[in-house]
Amino acid sequence: MRLELIKRGNPSQVLRFLSPLIGLALAILTGAIMFAVLGKNPFQALYVYFVEPLTELWSVHELLIKAAPLILMGAGLSVCYLSNNWNIGAEGQFIMGALAGSIFPVLFTDVQGFFVLPLMLGFAIIGGALWALIPALLKARFNTNEILVSLMLVYVAELILDYLVRGPWRNPQGMNFPESVRFPSFARIPELMPVDGRANWGIVIAILVAIGIWVMLSRTLKGFEIKVLGSSPRAGKFAGFDAKKMVFFAFLLAGGCAGLAGIIEVAGASAQLRPTISPGYGFAAIIVAFLGRLNPLGVIVAGLVLALTYLGGEAAQITLGLSDKVARVFQGALLLYILACDTLIHYRIRFVRTPKAVGSAADA
Amino acid sequence: MKPLLTTLAAATALSMTMVPAAFAQQEHVDACFVYVGPANDGGWSQAHDVARQKVEEHFGDAVSTRFVESIPEASSEGAIERMARSGCDVVFTTSFGFMDPTLAVAERFPDVKFEHATGYKTAPNMSAYNARFHEGRYIQGVIAASVSETGTAGYIASVPIPEVVLGINAFILGAQSVNPDFSLKVVWVNDWHNPGLEADAAKVLLDQGVDILTQHTDSTAPVQEAAARGVKAFGQAFDMIEAGPETQLTAIMDTWDAYYIDRVQTILDGTWEEQNVWLGLEDGILSMAPYTNMPDDVKALAEETEAAIRSGDLVVYEGPITRQDGSVWLEDGQIAEIGELLGLNFYVEGVDDQLPQ
Amino acid sequence: MLESILLTIATAATPLLLAALGELVVERSGVLNLGVEGMMIMGAVGGFAGMILTGNPFIGVLVGVALGVALSLLFGFLVLTLATNQYATGLALTIFGLGLSGLLGESFIGRSSVRMPVLNIPGLSDLPVIGRLLFGQDIIFYLSILIVIGVTWFLFSTRQGLKLRAIGDNPQSAHALGIKVLRYRYLAVMFGGACAGLAGAHLSLVYTPQWTENMTAGRGWIALALVVFASWRPFRVLAGAYFFGAVSIGQLHAQALGLGIPSQLLSALPYLATILVLVIISQNRRLTLINTPASLGKSFVPDR
Repeated sequence: MRLELIKRGNPSQVLRFLSPLIGLALAILTGAIMFAVLGKNPFQALYVYFVEPLTELWSVHELLIKAAPLILMGAGLSVCYLSNNWNIGAEGQFIMGALAGSIFPVLFTDVQGFFVLPLMLGFAIIGGALWALIPALLKARFNTNEILVSLMLVYVAELILDYLVRGPWRNPQGMNFPESVRFPSFARIPELMPVDGRANWGIVIAILVAIGIWVMLSRTLKGFEIKVLGSSPRAGKFAGFDAKKMVFFAFLLAGGCAGLAGIIEVAGASAQLRPTISPGYGFAAIIVAFLGRLNPLGVIVAGLVLALTYLGGEAAQITLGLSDKVARVFQGALLLYILACDTLIHYRIRFVRTPKAVGSAADA
Repeated sequence: MKPLLTTLAAATALSMTMVPAAFAQQEHVDACFVYVGPANDGGWSQAHDVARQKVEEHFGDAVSTRFVESIPEASSEGAIERMARSGCDVVFTTSFGFMDPTLAVAERFPDVKFEHATGYKTAPNMSAYNARFHEGRYIQGVIAASVSETGTAGYIASVPIPEVVLGINAFILGAQSVNPDFSLKVVWVNDWHNPGLEADAAKVLLDQGVDILTQHTDSTAPVQEAAARGVKAFGQAFDMIEAGPETQLTAIMDTWDAYYIDRVQTILDGTWEEQNVWLGLEDGILSMAPYTNMPDDVKALAEETEAAIRSGDLVVYEGPITRQDGSVWLEDGQIAEIGELLGLNFYVEGVDDQLPQ
Repeated sequence: MLESILLTIATAATPLLLAALGELVVERSGVLNLGVEGMMIMGAVGGFAGMILTGNPFIGVLVGVALGVALSLLFGFLVLTLATNQYATGLALTIFGLGLSGLLGESFIGRSSVRMPVLNIPGLSDLPVIGRLLFGQDIIFYLSILIVIGVTWFLFSTRQGLKLRAIGDNPQSAHALGIKVLRYRYLAVMFGGACAGLAGAHLSLVYTPQWTENMTAGRGWIALALVVFASWRPFRVLAGAYFFGAVSIGQLHAQALGLGIPSQLLSALPYLATILVLVIISQNRRLTLINTPASLGKSFVPDR
C-alpha cells in the first residue's frame, strides 16, 4: 500500500482549524503510551504536562514570560520566511539586541530616569537589526548564503556576550563572578500584575508587534510585495518589486524583533546579563513561526503552546519524576505530529494499493 | 508586591499557629534539587545527583527527594518557584547562575529553606555553600611536579571564573613546592562539558610537550586521551579510574552528600540556620580518589600533603606568594582573605597563560 | 609533532566531513534536512550502545548507522510523503533526536569502552609525517575518504547522479521526464541519515570513546554550514572540514602558547573564518549558481 497526496482545490478551512488539534491528539496518544511504558499513570502525566501549569495564576505568568520572546521572534521570522529569506540566526540577534540595550544600565550608570527604558528598547532593536544586517548585506552584495552566515553569527554573538560578562561588563561588586550589575528599577520592564506573578509588559509588546506585522502582511502593499517575492521572485520582478531591498527589509525587521525580545528577557525576567541569556529561544522561534503557519496571529498561539511544553516538562519532572529527556521527546513528537497534520489542510490523503514488486521507497 | 506579601505573611502566621516555631522538628523532609545540566552529565550535576541518592539512602523513609534537571540559568526562577510551591522543605540550587533567582524566590517563600551552591548571597532562609576544591588541586600539583619529566603540565580549563582561577593557582603552587621551576600551560574550552573539544585540548597540550594533564571540565575525554598517549592525568568530579586504569593519578571527587546529609538532619532536628560556608577536605565535601599509578614515595608525599591540609598545618593560600606579574601578593605567613579568594582573578607566578581581565 | 597535530585535525574533521557529505547528497536532491544534529546524536548513542552490548565496535558502527537511517526515514516520511515544511521538520527532528538519544543512552553513561582499532596499511603507515595520517587510521576515516570519492563519482559520472541533480534543480521537469522523484529523494535522505549516523558513531567510538548526552555539541550545525561553504561539491567539503578542523585546533594551540588573546575571540575564529571564506567563494556568482540546487527546501508533490 502506498500513501498519496491529492491537492485540494482550496485549502480546507475546517482542517486549518482542526489539523493542529488532530496533531495534538496524536501526540497525546503517543505521550500516553510512552508514559505508560515508563510506568506512570498516563492520565495524570498528561494532566501535569498540559493542564497543571495553567491551573495557577503565577504559572500562567511564567507562561507569558516564556511566550513573549517566542512570539516576537516568531512573528519577525515569519516575514523572513514568507519572503524567502532564511534567517536562522535569531538567537544571535536576540543576544546582540540584549547587549545593545544593556549599555545603559551596565555602562552608563549615571544616566537615570524614565527615558532610559525607551532608549534601551530602541538600542536593542537597532542592535538586533544591525546583527541581522550582516547576513542581509552579504546576501544582497555577495550572494552569500544567509542560512550559514546567520547561524555562524549565533556562535559569535554567544562568545561576545560571554567575553563581556566575564570581562569588561561584569559587576564590579560581584566578586568577579560572571554577571553584570542588576538593572535598577527604571531600567526594568514593569510587571503587569505584580500581585499575581512575574509577567511583564513584554508579552503585551510581543502581541502588539505580532498584530502589527499581521496588519502589514494582510492589509498593505508591503505585505503583498513580501508574499509575491517569496512565492515567485520572477513575478515580483515583473511587478517592479526589488528583491534586494526585500532582503534588507525582512532581515532588519526580524533582527529588530529579536533584539527587542532580547532586551525584554534581560530587562524583564532576569534583570541582568549572564553568560547565557537565552535557553534557545531563537531556535524555538523558528518552530513557532512554522507552527503558526507564518501567520503572526497563528504565531501568537504557537508561541503560547511551545511555552506550555517547556513548563509542562518542568512540572512533569517535579511532580512525577519524569526525566527531562522524556519531556523533550514528547516535545519533539508533538511538533512532528502537528507538522504532519498540516498536510491535511492542503492535501487529501489517499491510500493506493500498489502492484507487487513496484513497492517504492515511499512505503517506508 | 504588597498584597502578595501579606497573604504570604498570613499563611506563615497560620502555619505558625499550628507549629510552635517556624523551624520546628519535622518527621519528614522533602528535599528538592535544581540542576543546571542533565542529572547524568557525568560531571557537576551528576555529582549532586549521586549525593541526592545518598541522602535518600541515609535517611530512608524520613526523607524524600525530587529533582529537576537541565534548567538553563537564564530562565531558572520559574523552575525554582515551581519547586518551592510544590511542597519542598528545602531546595538546593546547584549552579552559580541560580543565585539571584534563588534569592528572589526565597524572599517570596519564607517558609521554605534554600541552599545555593557556589554563590555568596544569603537570606534568613537561604544559605550558601561551596567546596574548597583548590585544596585538592594543590595535592595534584605536588604529585604532578613529582612525576613529570618535562616539568610542564597541561590544564584544561572551562570558563574564567574565580573558582577555576583558584584551582589553576593552587595547582601551580603545589607543583612549585616540589619543583620551583614548574610551569603550566592552560587551554580554555569555554564550556563545562564538551567531550570532543576537551579531547582536542588534551591532544594540543600533549603536542606542546606537557606530560601531565589535569582538567576543570566535566568529561572523561582528557583522561582517555592521556591514556591513549601513555601519559598521566587527574580525574575531575568523580573517580575516573575506569577511563584510564593506568593513567589516573588521583581525582578530586565532589562528595556533596557529606553536606547534604548534614543539612537535612538540621531540618529534621529543627536547628537549621542560614549560613555561608566554604568547606574543605576535612569536612568531606570533597575527597581524593585513591593515589595510584605513582611511585611509593610520591604517594607518601601526596598523603602527607593531604593530611597537612586536613589538619590545617598547610594552608594553600598562605604567603609568600608572588603574582604572575612578579609583584608580591602575600607576605611570608600571610593568609589570603576569604573575600579576596572568592573573587580571585589573577594568576600567581609560573602560569604560562594570560587571564582575560 | 607535526604528524600528531595533523592526526588531531583529521580526527576533528572526520565527523564533520561525514555528516556534511551525507547532507550534500540530500541537498543535491533538493531536500534540506536541518535535523543532522539529531541524526548524528542518534548515531553516537547507537554506536556506543552497540559496542557495549556486543563488545564489537564494528557492530557498534552498524547500529549507529541504522539509527541514523531510522531517524532519516521519519524525516523522509514527513517531508517527502506528507510534504511538510522542511525547515521546521528538520528542527523538530533535532529536538526529537536529542531527547530520544538521552533517553536511550541513560544506562550507558559512565561505561568505558574500547576505542576503535587502528588499521595500519603495511609499508605505507611508516612513511614520515603523512604515514599515520593517511594510512594508520581507523576504518571510519578510510570510509570518509572513500565516500568523498564515491559521492563525487556518483554525482558527476553516473546517470543516477545526473538524475539526482536534475531532481534537485527542477523536480517538476524531472517528474515529467519519468524520473521517480520521491524514490530518489528517499534514498538520498537515507544516505544522509547513514552518513550522519556514521559521523555520530565516530564521535562515540573514535573521537572520544564514551557516551554522554549532547556530545555532538553542535557539530551537526557545522556540517550543515560546510555544505554551503563547499558550494555543494564533495571535494570542497573535504577541504572545508579539514579547514574548520585546522582552525579549531589552531586556536587551541594559540591558547596553549599563552599569547594572551581572549579565548572567546580565539573560539570565534572558526566561525568567522567560515564566513570570510564563504564570502570569497560566493563572490563568484557563476560558480555558486551552477551548484546550488534550485529547488532546495521546497516540497514536491507529484500530480498524478
